[in-house]
Amino acid sequence: MHASLSTIFLTLLSGGGFGLMSLIVLANWLRLGGGLTVVETLVAGIIALALVSAGLISSTLHLANPKNAWRAFTRWRTSWLAREGVFAVAFYPFALLYLAATWIWNTPDNLLAHLAGAGALFFSVITVFSQGMIYAVLRTIRQWNTPLVPTNFLFLGAALGATTLAAVRLTTGGAAGTLVTVAVMLLFMAAVIKTIYYFWIAQPGGPTINTATGFTRATVRILDPGHTAGTFLTEEFGNTVPAQTAMLLKVTVYVLGFIVPAWFLYLALNGGPVFLGPAAALSAFVGIFVERWLFWAEAQHVVNLYHGRQQC
Amino acid sequence: MVIDLDVCVGCHACAVACKEWNTSGTTAPLTDYDPYGAEPSGVWFNRIRHYEVGEYPNNKTINFPMSCMHCENAECVTVCPTGASYKRAEDGIVLVDQSKCMGCNYCSWACPYGARELDRMSGTMKKCTLCIDRIYDMNIPEEERQPACVLTCPAHARMFGDLDDPESTVSRAVRNRGGYALMPELNYRPTNHYLPPRNRPAIPVDGQSAPNLQRKIKEWVNQVVQR
Repeated sequence: MHASLSTIFLTLLSGGGFGLMSLIVLANWLRLGGGLTVVETLVAGIIALALVSAGLISSTLHLANPKNAWRAFTRWRTSWLAREGVFAVAFYPFALLYLAATWIWNTPDNLLAHLAGAGALFFSVITVFSQGMIYAVLRTIRQWNTPLVPTNFLFLGAALGATTLAAVRLTTGGAAGTLVTVAVMLLFMAAVIKTIYYFWIAQPGGPTINTATGFTRATVRILDPGHTAGTFLTEEFGNTVPAQTAMLLKVTVYVLGFIVPAWFLYLALNGGPVFLGPAAALSAFVGIFVERWLFWAEAQHVVNLYHGRQQC
Repeated sequence: MVIDLDVCVGCHACAVACKEWNTSGTTAPLTDYDPYGAEPSGVWFNRIRHYEVGEYPNNKTINFPMSCMHCENAECVTVCPTGASYKRAEDGIVLVDQSKCMGCNYCSWACPYGARELDRMSGTMKKCTLCIDRIYDMNIPEEERQPACVLTCPAHARMFGDLDDPESTVSRAVRNRGGYALMPELNYRPTNHYLPPRNRPAIPVDGQSAPNLQRKIKEWVNQVVQR
């Protein structure tokens, strides 16, 4: 699949933003690290809203005809893409109300903040789940058509959010032990689930050029694709990643996405320089950006069978 | 729509006729990019690919026209967030409402058959309409109320009809010839069916088979008798 930056940034930034908002609410409810201060709640909350907004604005850049974008909210009964849009917009009033209530009462521990926080948490999780389902429902793309996809989206979003929240706590200088532990645990779990996914998609499967053409009792190979230059189909679906490049990029994902953030958080927790906290979050976002690029680039659409691929 | 792979000669006339009709039809225009340049490209509803099936000498070239299959279970319609893609209840034709499409490409991802192409100029997704602006046109003779690709096919490899009617010409052809749908395992239940090539014995390639007695006598008579 052609990896467009707009969709990569949508899932990466809004996933991290929703994960961060979820972690803020949970940290205040469960008193993780003693709960967040008002300043931490507001700063992290504004970062979360900025990430979500950047992601959603980025998604509109993917549209060839954005003047009809408002119609994307209309088919939520059938389309996960429409559901994602509806849930993402529904998230905003709850998130803004949560931050406003925290600011007005000077504590996240008030009834309005609890109610708004519950809504923000709910819509964060269900929006990221819907984002994963956009891809997971496509039976045309074997690498996406698996429950591991929404699972990965949820855990990667949570890991990015937790790392960012730990970075905020490390920057404000509070006791960061618990939040760093949560972040490292989520990074580890996200890495394990991503590893399962990489094993899962390693072998070709699904439809073959034989079932695509109906000639199931003989070898089939393409003689001529029937066009002299690229088409929409070859541009959108014809992308492949050489195996060595993919392996190198996967190593990059693990190093920048999981190992370096955990290591930087550990160093910052144990008396290292303060900037290592934000650097951990930045590294995580860069690593998961590569993960997201691979998610698209490694996806093989069955239409490629008609262009000569034996199996996807 | 039924396509006879035994008869198709791979001339691309259906694709050209489709382009000609539909570039001024309901989802017009079918934009071309760089049409007179080095790498001409553009929006086509119908594309023909060519395959080799089997191994020499038991091989065959298969010309393979593909357009929208107008699936029973059209996931392109299910996934569309705007409601631009829809399947008509009365005849099952799948269409894109050009005034609603936002050009997100999601339906093209959901289509296994590559039937949907984004028009970069209009920013909307375009696809085969089954020539909906011809097949219901009461101002043209009845025999011309067929898709442009079917009317133009010089080999008569394309048949248009009602596959829901078990006694229609297309339904009989599918029954008699073992017509099949593409990638049935994906469960999109395409309406369009393909008729497989008829089996013919392979042409021997181990030199001329030795002349038999009958042929020797015939050749001798031909040499002896003057017309």
